[in-house]
Amino acid sequence: MTDPMANRLSSYPSRAAPPYQQGSSANLADILERVLDKGIVIAGDIQINLLDIELLTIKLRLLVASVDKAKEMGIDWWEHDPALSSRSRKDTLAEENRRLRAEIDALRHEEQPVEAESGSRAARAREALPGTDRAPRSRRREAQERDE
Amino acid sequence: MNEQVTYVYAVVRAAGGAADAADAADAAAHLAGVGGGEVRTVPGTRGTALVLAVSSVPEDDFREDALRRHFEDLDWLESVARAHHGVIEALAARADVLPLRLATVYLDDDRARAVLDASWDSFAERMEHLAGHAEWGVKIYVERRPAPAGPAPAGDLSPGRAYLRTRRTERSVRESVYRAAEEAAARVEAAGRRHAAERARHRVQQGQLADAPGENVVNDAYLVHRDRAAAFHDEASRAAEGLPGVRVEVTGPWAPYSFVTPPTGAASPAEEHAT
Repeated sequence: MTDPMANRLSSYPSRAAPPYQQGSSANLADILERVLDKGIVIAGDIQINLLDIELLTIKLRLLVASVDKAKEMGIDWWEHDPALSSRSRKDTLAEENRRLRAEIDALRHEEQPVEAESGSRAARAREALPGTDRAPRSRRREAQERDE
Repeated sequence: MNEQVTYVYAVVRAAGGAADAADAADAAAHLAGVGGGEVRTVPGTRGTALVLAVSSVPEDDFREDALRRHFEDLDWLESVARAHHGVIEALAARADVLPLRLATVYLDDDRARAVLDASWDSFAERMEHLAGHAEWGVKIYVERRPAPAGPAPAGDLSPGRAYLRTRRTERSVRESVYRAAEEAAARVEAAGRRHAAERARHRVQQGQLADAPGENVVNDAYLVHRDRAAAFHDEASRAAEGLPGVRVEVTGPWAPYSFVTPPTGAASPAEEHAT
């Protein structure tokens, strides 16, 4: 196999252009924050509301984050830079969760039938699933409590 | 029970805006995907300019309940994440790609094709925007180190006063190192303004996976055109020069994971003029 980056980087001075260096040695945290948190989100047939909910938990445990901590330390220049702040703050976990909850609530009120697959509607439906998911769980929990 | 389903890695466009994605198909031909399945391409019905890179995976592993379990298993998650990333990385070396989020799975190729068709225009538009660019990660760390061995704990100080003095020294060392980190961050930002098209912020890495020495205080990604990559890399890498206790780590080039979704909010004036 040819060196995949050779073509693309042929114009770069070699010292400044490490070949695609991630490969097997790339830092797992760097990979996870990209493949879990970034990338295009489109609704799959297998509805992975996990990506919205459970994975946030994983991210919390593994990677988390704190913009707050950086702020505490005075590394907060981006907040005062209007050119940079609009796109940069959207990805805090709290905001993401708040947005998801709001959308779930809105969907619950609409109570539209969830159709199998139609573009953005399916995407919205996906976000509604955690809500429908919660009920059986809590019933399970009640059952356990009765048993105890 | 062992049905195969279609795992989608990325939308791919032949590099250089070639008429079809035959190159991308070639690039995919020998890749092993998640679970070892061979990567192949699925064209849309609207042409071959864009294709999906997919592979078959066992449904048993990717049903919702299975995924729920698997995602709690770091070893499984790591192997899938690395395989996913490996495919995207190899494709990105030869073509323009829009990476999909991990574990986007369809019942079969036709279902995946329908999604490509439905989002064709927005994929094409974003692809055009990202063409020729790569993502570079820049992390800034401050050293987690004890106060430098200053004057030896003076024998004439009470233990309490010696403790307080040590704490005071520690604190002032930490404050100065954070000021230095701020300076490094400003330099990286300046390099970004000179050379990058967009910036995305990632959360600083703190958890069990953040094994790099020091404390991560900035974790950003920049979208940089290949003509500017050398200059950006060079300037960003040197951002901590003369700043003791601060370290800058530049990673990349990455496929433009952090930039496949347009920045939220109003489009930038430059973008509006361009169209």
